[in-house]
Amino acid sequence: MDLMSLFTIYLPPLVLLLLLTVGRKYAKVTLPVYALLLVGVGHYWGLAVAPPDREMGDVQRIMYAHVPAVWNAMLALTLNFACSVTYLFKPSWKTDSLAEASAEVGLVFGAVGVLLGAIWGRPTWGVYWTWDPRLTTAAILLVAYMGYMALRRFVEDPEKRAVWSAVVGIIAAVDLPIIWFSVKWWRSLHQQQSTPSTTDPAFWIPLRISAYGFLALVALFLMHRYRIALAERNAEVALPDALPGSPGSGPNVPTNRTAGVA
Amino acid sequence: MKRPAPIGLVRASLVLLGKDLLIEWRTRARLNALIFFALSTLLLFSFALGPDTKLLERNAGGYLWLAILFASTLSLGESFRVEYENACLDGLRLAPADARAIFLSKALGNTLLLVVLGGLLVPAMVALYGVKVVLGVGELLATLVLGCMALAAPGTVYAAIASNARARDVLLPLLLFPLIVPALLASAKAMMLVLQGDPMNQIGSWFGLLGGFNLIYWGLGFLLFPRVIED
Repeated sequence: MDLMSLFTIYLPPLVLLLLLTVGRKYAKVTLPVYALLLVGVGHYWGLAVAPPDREMGDVQRIMYAHVPAVWNAMLALTLNFACSVTYLFKPSWKTDSLAEASAEVGLVFGAVGVLLGAIWGRPTWGVYWTWDPRLTTAAILLVAYMGYMALRRFVEDPEKRAVWSAVVGIIAAVDLPIIWFSVKWWRSLHQQQSTPSTTDPAFWIPLRISAYGFLALVALFLMHRYRIALAERNAEVALPDALPGSPGSGPNVPTNRTAGVA
Repeated sequence: MKRPAPIGLVRASLVLLGKDLLIEWRTRARLNALIFFALSTLLLFSFALGPDTKLLERNAGGYLWLAILFASTLSLGESFRVEYENACLDGLRLAPADARAIFLSKALGNTLLLVVLGGLLVPAMVALYGVKVVLGVGELLATLVLGCMALAAPGTVYAAIASNARARDVLLPLLLFPLIVPALLASAKAMMLVLQGDPMNQIGSWFGLLGGFNLIYWGLGFLLFPRVIED
């Protein structure tokens, strides 16, 4: 194992894991610092150290934000899929809250990725938007998860909301592998995924560091959004006969469940 | 005491489908409304685009599928509204039948209704847009059936969800439209090939896409639907 792959493949996720498990008491402070550090190093490297692309020039440097954003959006939405499946087998407010958090964070990062892609597309392809398969499937993804978020807002009964959004989350996730393989199945405008075997280390090292920085950001957002979602759930279902194992369901918790069974 | 034997999945689905069709036949409200809605959509396309017959002819397949899609949101919503009225769905759930039979019967019923609607819209389209059907009736029917099945399977799951939620009229299209984009694309392309001829023999690949789409979403609907309607 050479030093470079240690610092770009193994170390960043390991540190992230340690921050989230062993040091989880201090994660509120350490995680933002770590995320900013990685994003800072990765972006400085990408913007100032890495050479410009031979064909696209400096415009290509937007990749160091565009690609990590989309990767992490897909990751967050995969987490949403996993939570949706888990919820159907083993209902728990924690799983439902994590599903809500991951869908929202995934949607935000996906939107950022598509926006940056559009900005990148204007100088390189001459248009902001084109109906290329990768772009089309990405647009479908964003709209599908907006529908998912809307569903969560429109259903008052928390149990029904959890089950239904799990079902919708599973159905919407069919799009994820299609997006990933779209550049391979239909070879069109959008370039294929770059891998270390096809690109120079000068490009993929800053890309990888930025990606882990975005991953730390996703973890940070997820952590906070999950807490909010769980608190909302517990405030909603402060009934003793709510789902088993929900922490807020004691007899001394006020029953402020106004939006009951429809 | 001998317990009554449970009814098989296929028989339960067919019984439920028969019940839905009987309701439909006795009122005939839904199909009538759908036909007029879809016809006026077709008509509106030709007004919105002006009297450019070449344009209308070239895009006729796409307009036909948009008309069917818009009509399907009405049809899908209606198919569950009748069940939620008077709590009929609770009765269905209490019956000794598989909940998946409810999905199959509803999805089949919606498919059937949409195919009938499509079959009625094609002659109207031929008259309005001046198109001719180049490929045979077999390809036309296959396109209609595969496309309507692709709309009906995810549509049935989402209609069951949306019809019980707040703002149901917004929610169903919001959930359904992004999902069925691949099916809409394939159906519209296949329909255009049916109308304009298929010199490169491409229609098979669009049928393949529709078949795969149907396989995924009929399977997912079949598996997930019981959880959607549980109480």
